[in-house]
Amino acid sequence: MTWHLFQLLLQASLMTIFVSVLSIFAGLALAVVLSALRMSGNRWMAGGAVLFISFFRGVPLLVQLLLIFNLLPVIGITLPSLATAIIGLSLSTAAYQAENLRGGFEGVPIGLIESAEMAGFSRMQTFVYIRTPIALRMTFPALVNEAILILKASSLVSVVGMVELTKMAQNLAASTYQPLPIFASAGLIYLVINLIVAFAARRAEDALPGLPAK
Amino acid sequence: MSFDIAVILAKGPQILAGLGVTILIWVVGTFCAVVLGFFVATARRFGGPVVNLVLVVPVEVLRSTPFLVQIFLLYFGGPYIGLRLDPITAGLLGLSIYGAAYYSEIFRAGYLSVPPGHVEAAECVGFSRLQTILFILLPEMALLVLPPSMNMAIILLKDTALLSLITVPEMTMTVSAIGSQQYAFVESIVVLALVYWALVEAANWLGRITERRIAKLSVT
Repeated sequence: MTWHLFQLLLQASLMTIFVSVLSIFAGLALAVVLSALRMSGNRWMAGGAVLFISFFRGVPLLVQLLLIFNLLPVIGITLPSLATAIIGLSLSTAAYQAENLRGGFEGVPIGLIESAEMAGFSRMQTFVYIRTPIALRMTFPALVNEAILILKASSLVSVVGMVELTKMAQNLAASTYQPLPIFASAGLIYLVINLIVAFAARRAEDALPGLPAK
Repeated sequence: MSFDIAVILAKGPQILAGLGVTILIWVVGTFCAVVLGFFVATARRFGGPVVNLVLVVPVEVLRSTPFLVQIFLLYFGGPYIGLRLDPITAGLLGLSIYGAAYYSEIFRAGYLSVPPGHVEAAECVGFSRLQTILFILLPEMALLVLPPSMNMAIILLKDTALLSLITVPEMTMTVSAIGSQQYAFVESIVVLALVYWALVEAANWLGRITERRIAKLSVT
C-alpha cells in the first residue's frame, strides 16, 4: 500500500461525495413533492406517492440500480453512468426522506397552519411557506442520518459503471493483489467522511433556528 | 423489444433455490446479529468503562463504513491473513457482524430506557445480574426495541442482495444469471424487484402484527 494508491482512493472519494451530495438534495426535493402529493387529498396522487415510497423502500438499492440501468436503454433513453447513478440514488433516498418528512409534517403545530389560513394564505402558500420549512427543520437530524446512509449506499453505483471510492478500491485490489490494505483504506476514508458529516451536522443544528413551541 | 416474462418464470425452480438461499442467509444472519448485538450491548452496559471503550470503536466503524466494503474486505482480504471462507460462510459472517453493530445500538437504547430504580429494586430483592436482565430489563425494553429491530431485519433482508457481488448464489445472483443466459435482463430484474418487494411488505406486515401482540402484553 503506497501513498500513490491512497491518493487514487482519495481522488475517487471526491466522486463518492459528489454523487452523494447531488442525490441527497435531489432526493430531498423529490421527497417534498411526494409529501405534497400524499397530503393533496387526491386519492390517485396520494396513492401514487404511497406506491412509489413502498416500492423504493421495499426493493434493494442494488436491484433498483440494475433495473434503471437496464430499463432506460430499452425504453430509448441512454444516459451517462453518472446520471444513472444519481437518478437511482435520488429515487431511493426520496422514498426514505418522504417517510421521514411525514413525521415532520405531522408535527407542525396546527395553530400555525390555522393562523396562516386566517391571514389569507392559500393551501399551496401554507404548504410552501409554513409547513415545509417547519417540517424540514424538525426532520433535520433524520436528513443527516439519511445523508450518511447515502454516502455508504453510493458504494453500490459501481454496478452502473461508475468509478467511485469502492469501485476504485476493487480495481486497485485486483491489479495490486493487496485487497486487505486497500479495502481497509477505503473503509477508513468512508469513516472519516462520515465523522466529518456527523460533526458538521451537530454544528449546523446548533446554528439553525429553534423549533416552534407546540 | 419484447417483454416476455415467461422466459424467466420457466426457470421457477432455480429462482426458488436462490430465494431459499436468500431467506436462509437472512434468517440465520439476523438471528446471529441479534444475539451478538445483545451480548455487545450487555457487555457495554455492565462491563465498565474499559469494555465500553473497546466495544464502541468496532461498533462505530461498522456503522460508518459501507457493508459492501466490509464484505469485500472479509472475502477478498481474508485469505491474506489465513481466513479462507466460501462465499456463503463469508456472507453469513459479514451480515451477522454488520447487523450486530446496529442491533447492539438498539439494545443499548433499550437498556437506557429502563428506569435505574427498577434495576436497583431487583438487586435489593436479591436478583442476580442474569435474573435482572432476563426478568426485568428484557421484558421492560421489549416494546421499545421491537419496532427498530423489525426495521433492521428488513434492512438486512435487502442487504443480502449485495452478497451476490461476492458470488453467494442467492436470489439476485441467480436471477441475474438467468437474465444473461436468456438475454432477458429487464424481465429478470423486474421479477427480482417484485419478489423482494413482496418479501419486504410481508415482513413489514408480520412486524406490525407482532408489535400489536406485544403491545397487548404491556402493563404500562
